[in-house]
Amino acid sequence: MISPYVFWPIAVLIVVFAIGVVHFKNIVHSALMLILTFVGVAVVFILLEAEFLAFVQILVYAGAISILIVFAVMLTRRIDMNESNPFNKLRWISLIFCLGFFGLIVRIVLTSRISYEKLAVQDTMGAIADGLFGNYMIPFEVAAILLLIAIAGAIILTKGVKD
Amino acid sequence: MVGLEGYLILAAALFCIGLFGAFAKKNVISVLMSVELMLNAAIINLVAFNRFLAPAKVTGHIFAIFIFVVAAAGIAVGLAIVINIYRSRATTNVEDFNILKW
Repeated sequence: MISPYVFWPIAVLIVVFAIGVVHFKNIVHSALMLILTFVGVAVVFILLEAEFLAFVQILVYAGAISILIVFAVMLTRRIDMNESNPFNKLRWISLIFCLGFFGLIVRIVLTSRISYEKLAVQDTMGAIADGLFGNYMIPFEVAAILLLIAIAGAIILTKGVKD
Repeated sequence: MVGLEGYLILAAALFCIGLFGAFAKKNVISVLMSVELMLNAAIINLVAFNRFLAPAKVTGHIFAIFIFVVAAAGIAVGLAIVINIYRSRATTNVEDFNILKW
């Protein structure tokens, strides 16, 4: 199995890109790093044999959400782009807190014994279709209504209502 | 073959980086980007648990799709609010967003 030789470099790359998202001073560079992080997560989905989610990750996150974020950056542009993404005064406290939280999670993961065996995966796309139009039909429709409301709300919030 | 623990640790690292960004950045668009990182970590967790514990049922995949939907709706409405506030205040600094404070 080739998976460890792909997974660990990809994992390190994802973490480096994510650190770049929060580290860069220029918010356009942060947005670029965010797109690279999303593409890396799509590769992780392919390693987990969830091909459909990898497609959706590329389409929705690396495509649509990144475009939204870049447009929002352009619409809220200040004069100096090089200092557009600074830290606030909580920087070091939150760094210590997040490192402690990460250590706690890693300790819990490494000490808990989760027993699983290597199971085969077959045809996730068909199973997802069966689920969305079978057991999960009502949440699917509610999600459609939620998207419609979000689109209408975003248009009304940015454009305003003429009465 | 990488076990479940590797994916969980990757997701934990991604989540903590997103949490740090959401705490420590001044620009509100950067905070929204950090929230997206945290949602991605949650999706990795769902798909990894589904792959290793119950790959026959795709419950984790379907929940991941619902998280995609909620994340897209959240980022659309959030950025609309940011642009709306930027029109009246001409700032994207979260410390200046004190309209609801009195």
